[in-house]
Amino acid sequence: MKKIFEAPKSLKPNLFHYCPGCGHSIIHRLVAEVIDELGIQERTIGVPPAGCAVLAYNYFDVDTGEAPHGRALAVATGLKRVLKDHVIFTYQGDGDIAAIGTAESIHAANRGEKITAIFVNNGTYGMTGGQMAPTTLPGMGSTTTPGGRDVARDGAPLDLTKMMAEAKGSVYLERVSVATPKGIRKAKKAIKKAFQVQLDGLGFALVEVLSPCPTNWKMDPVAAYEWTDKEMTKIFPVGVIKDITGYDKD
Amino acid sequence: MAKQLMRGSHVLGEAAVRAGCRYYFGYPITPQNEVPEYMSSRMLQVGGTFVQAESELASINMVIGAAMAGARVMTSSSSPGISLMQEGISYLAGLELPAVIVNVVRGGPGLGNIAPAQSDYFQATRGGGHGDYRTIVLAPDSCQELCDLTFKAFDLADKYRNPVLIMGDGMMGQMMEPVEFPEPIDPASLPAKDWTLSGAKGRPSRVILSLLLNPKVLEDHNFKLVRKYDAVTREETDWEEYLLDDARQVVVAYGTAARIAKGAIKRVRQMGLKVGLLRPKTLWPFPEKPLKDLTRVVRQLLVFEMSAGQMVEDVKMAVEGQAQVHFYGRPGGVIPTPDEVAHQISHYYYQAGLMEGDKPSKRHGGVA
Repeated sequence: MKKIFEAPKSLKPNLFHYCPGCGHSIIHRLVAEVIDELGIQERTIGVPPAGCAVLAYNYFDVDTGEAPHGRALAVATGLKRVLKDHVIFTYQGDGDIAAIGTAESIHAANRGEKITAIFVNNGTYGMTGGQMAPTTLPGMGSTTTPGGRDVARDGAPLDLTKMMAEAKGSVYLERVSVATPKGIRKAKKAIKKAFQVQLDGLGFALVEVLSPCPTNWKMDPVAAYEWTDKEMTKIFPVGVIKDITGYDKD
Repeated sequence: MAKQLMRGSHVLGEAAVRAGCRYYFGYPITPQNEVPEYMSSRMLQVGGTFVQAESELASINMVIGAAMAGARVMTSSSSPGISLMQEGISYLAGLELPAVIVNVVRGGPGLGNIAPAQSDYFQATRGGGHGDYRTIVLAPDSCQELCDLTFKAFDLADKYRNPVLIMGDGMMGQMMEPVEFPEPIDPASLPAKDWTLSGAKGRPSRVILSLLLNPKVLEDHNFKLVRKYDAVTREETDWEEYLLDDARQVVVAYGTAARIAKGAIKRVRQMGLKVGLLRPKTLWPFPEKPLKDLTRVVRQLLVFEMSAGQMVEDVKMAVEGQAQVHFYGRPGGVIPTPDEVAHQISHYYYQAGLMEGDKPSKRHGGVA
């Protein structure tokens, strides 16, 4: 009998600690599937963030090295400069990559580091309990924005991926969402392309993944997925933000 | 190999390259800019990697990444930049990663100035960042020693899987002295490391982490580090003894201050004062035992630092009340002259009645 579905080799057989409905579980699986399909498990090194995904090394069956909060792309730079033939990816949340780690992230992109960044945007600080993130939507509730994010008081959401497009070393930037089955398929395609960019030595690649956080949004999973699909995409529209890979010309 | 006349900053860079360092990450800050400048061209020559990072924060985290990959890696900075690196240094210690960090110390606090100082002693020897950890701290006092201790720093870092700090100052970075370099080490000839991230090929996947959520597990890790630090203290404590045989008073100073103190001691020796010098070459581990042993015959110590008084606390702890510990310090980047220090030495020497015939005693200048 033909096996048509199985767990990715690049995921350890551990149960995810993520909350019910959390997008991390889906995104982990997509990254692992891509690593399997590209046949790079033995030469891939992951750099997990501080945040909910800090325990990513319990799931990804590849070498992983912990980075201080926000510094994943600097740590990844050090790794990649030594291990030029290896595949280095970071897995970072919005607070990690777009607040505390903004400088490290923009400059890694600007240097054109041959690294793949997976940027999980759920509009909240999940691990610390739902404080305002750089990507929290206007009016969206958080434990540090009484009455919801007030742009005049708290600033507006930051579109880091768009900022990265200005960095000359970034080659491929795409925003995707895992809120719908169609979105998940697109997300996997984008993640695979972002790894391919690194394998081809083209430069910096990043996939921003809009991802629900039912627990901190105080929604049930179904409502959270709908909200991701309908509301988050208004501020963070999905689609290719930059692509100078030249792949499509073929 | 013939001696070469070189400035300290270049000595440091050349010694690092010869010690097998092929990765340097740094950010400009005075008075150490000659180090990244030297490394930027030297790394090109030897096929190494130089990255000018966007900040010291980024530099130290690039160091973390390169260390995870098993490379001999270095960064350098000066006081404010080293403050920024403390987060990363704490991680290096927690992750047990080898790295060499050079602090060309300048006057502080805050922006301070760019003159030579020793005011980062506390920061260096107490860890500087968060958590229970130690960094090995080496304090050279000449260009030759800068070369030798840079070699040693890489060896110690690898041997103990721990960050090693080299403490210099702007004086040491700028001064030119003849140096004899050891033969270069081929990085490929260094012993293989069995703990690095290299891809899970033919072995289970590996993780380098410091997040240990279970308190018992973290306590075990902390105690493992303590045992390592104990071994470092036993094996690696290093100091120089200068004219101690007949000394009735001993100056304790390190680095540039020790050079000045030697000049001062030569002057007072001509006046018949029996004064010696104990110069810590490792600031951590601190040479506590030789200092304590000294108090069997010497009861007068003068700690001299280019700071408001930092190492003096370690000296007091080391002698456990068995000697009088005086202090003379010039903070803020002021460089005292040997005459000035000689005046301080003689002041305390006469005050304690240490001159021949003043008060014959086996224990010179007793504290009783």
